[in-house]
Amino acid sequence: MSLSTAIRDRDVAELPGKRDEAWRWTDLRGLIRILPPPSEPFTGDVGAGPFDALADDRRVIVNGRGAEPVAIAAGSKSAVVVRFVSRGSGAHLARLDISVGAGAKLQLLESYESDGGSLAQAVLTITLARGASVERVVLAQDSADAVSVSQARVTLAAHAEYSQTIAASGARRQRLETQVQHPGGHATVRLDGLYLLADKRHSDHTTVVTHAGTDGTTAQLTKGVVRDQARGVFQGRIVVAEGADRTDARMGHHALILSDRAEVDAKPELEIYADDVACAHGATVGALDEDALFYARQRGMPVDVATALLTEAFIGEVVDRIEHEGARDLVRAWAAERLARDGVANSEKV
Amino acid sequence: MLTVKDLHATVGGKAILKGLSLDVPAGEVHAIMGPNGAGKSTLSYVLTGRDGYEVTGGSATLNGEDLLALAPDERAARGVFLSFQYPLEIPGVPALTFIRTAMNAQRKARGEPEITAPEFLKLSRQKAGELKIDFDMLKRALNVGFSGGEKKRMEILQMAMLAPRFLILDETDSGLDIDALRIVSDGVNALRSPDRGMLVITHYQRLLDYIKPDRVHVLAGGRIVASGGPELAHELERQGYERYEKAVA
Repeated sequence: MSLSTAIRDRDVAELPGKRDEAWRWTDLRGLIRILPPPSEPFTGDVGAGPFDALADDRRVIVNGRGAEPVAIAAGSKSAVVVRFVSRGSGAHLARLDISVGAGAKLQLLESYESDGGSLAQAVLTITLARGASVERVVLAQDSADAVSVSQARVTLAAHAEYSQTIAASGARRQRLETQVQHPGGHATVRLDGLYLLADKRHSDHTTVVTHAGTDGTTAQLTKGVVRDQARGVFQGRIVVAEGADRTDARMGHHALILSDRAEVDAKPELEIYADDVACAHGATVGALDEDALFYARQRGMPVDVATALLTEAFIGEVVDRIEHEGARDLVRAWAAERLARDGVANSEKV
Repeated sequence: MLTVKDLHATVGGKAILKGLSLDVPAGEVHAIMGPNGAGKSTLSYVLTGRDGYEVTGGSATLNGEDLLALAPDERAARGVFLSFQYPLEIPGVPALTFIRTAMNAQRKARGEPEITAPEFLKLSRQKAGELKIDFDMLKRALNVGFSGGEKKRMEILQMAMLAPRFLILDETDSGLDIDALRIVSDGVNALRSPDRGMLVITHYQRLLDYIKPDRVHVLAGGRIVASGGPELAHELERQGYERYEKAVA
C-alpha cells in the first residue's frame, strides 16, 4: 500500500490507514472515500511564499508540477527556497531530489501552502556527501481542508551535518515524515519539530533515524501545543544497529494540551542493538502548569496573556535551535502570531 | 483598606478558614503569626483568588470593593500583590519580560498607557540596584536556577516595580540568611507609605525585627484568636503557640 499508488491509480484501497502501524493515528484509508481527480495545472499567481526574502534561488512547485532537482556543488554554499503549493481540490504528487556535494552547505527553506481540499504528497530525497551540511527549515501552513503528506528520505555520509526544524499548523490531515539513514562516522543529525494546532486540525510528525555505523549523533526535540479539538501525533523512532557503538541519540517530545477535547498521541521508541551507546528519550504531555499560570495572573496578567507568555516560552527552546537567523525570526513571529490569534479566539469563546 | 469579615474557606472540601476577621487600614503593617496548618497560606491564596481555595462565607474588600468577585489578575490590577512563599520558576521567560508583561497588563486594566522601553529599563536598573540584584540576572529566565534568597529578592523587586497598594508577604523570611533578610526588609520598608497597607505572614518573630508591624494577630484554627501590638510577637516567641492551639482544639 502506498499513498503515491493511491493517487496515481485513484485507488482508495491503496491508501495507508490504521491497519498500518506507521499510520495508525493518521488514517487516510478511513478518511477518504473517493479519491479526488488529479490536480489541473495551475497558471494563476500563487503570491509570495513565507521564505521568499531569505534566498534568491526560489523554486515553486505547484500542484505537483515544476520540481527540478537541486544539486549543490561540492564546497559551495547555497540557500534555496522550495515551495510546495497546492491550488484547488485535486490530488497530486511531487518528487524532489536534493543532493549536496562534499563539504557543501545548503540552507533549505521549505514551505507547504494549500488553499483547499487538495490531497498532496511530496516525496523528497536528500543526499549529503561527506562533510556536507544541510539545515532544513519547513513551514507547513496548510488549509484546514487539505490532506498534506510530506516524506523526506535523508541519507548522510560520514562527517555530514543534517539539521531540521519543521513548524506546522496542521490540516484536515497533515503528516510530515522524515527518515534518516545515519552512517555514524561523526555525522550529526538534529531533528526538531513544532506543532501549533487549533480547531479540528491534525498534524503528524513521524521520524525514523537508523544509526548504521559507529560514532553518530542524533538530537531530537519536538514540542506541540494543541487546543480546541485538534490532534497532534508524534512517532519518533531511533534504531541503533548492531555494532553502531558510541552512538549518542537523544529524543524529546513535549506537548501542551490546552483544552479538554484536544488530543496528543505519542510513541517515542528507541530500538538499540548495539552495546556501547548513550541513548535517552523524554516525553511529557500535559496542561500548562497551573501554579505558573496563577503566579503570572497574580502579577496582573489576564489568563490569555499569561497563557500566551507561558506557551511561547514553552516552544521557545525549539525555535532557538534554528541556526538560520532569518528563518528563526520568521518561525518565532509565525508562532507568536498563531498563539496570539488562538488566544483571542479562545477568550472570545469564554 | 483591607477589610475581612467572618471569612470561611475550604480547600479540597476541608474547612481551613473558619470565620476570620481582620482590618488593615491604609498606612499600617499588620503581622499574622500562627502555627503550621493554621491557615496562613490559605488566607493569602484566598485573598489573591487561587483556584481550589473556595470561599464558603464572609467577605473581603479592598477600599470597599469586593475582592472575592474579581479574577486574580483583576485583583492585581487593583493593587493586591502576593510575595510567594515559594516563588515559581518560569522557564523560557526572562525576568524583565515577565515583569514588563505584568506591568503593562496592569496598566491596560487600569486604562493607563504602557510603559515605554527606556522608562522600563531605567526603572528596573534603579530597583535592581537598590536590592543589590545583578542586572544581568534579570535577562535570565525568571527564578530558574536561582537560590532561595535570590528568588525572594526577585519577589521584592517585582513588588518594588509594580508598586502595589496592598502587599501580602507570605513567609518572606524563609530561606534567607541574615544579609539577604536585611536587603529584603529594606526593600519592603521602602514601600511603607500612608496609602499602602501590608500583611506580613510569618511563623517566626525574626522578620518582625526588620519589618516592624503596627499590629500583630495570632491565627490559629482558621480564626484570629488574639491581636495586639508588636509586643505580642515577642511573647509568642517566648511562649510558643501552644496555648492558642489548645484554645481552638
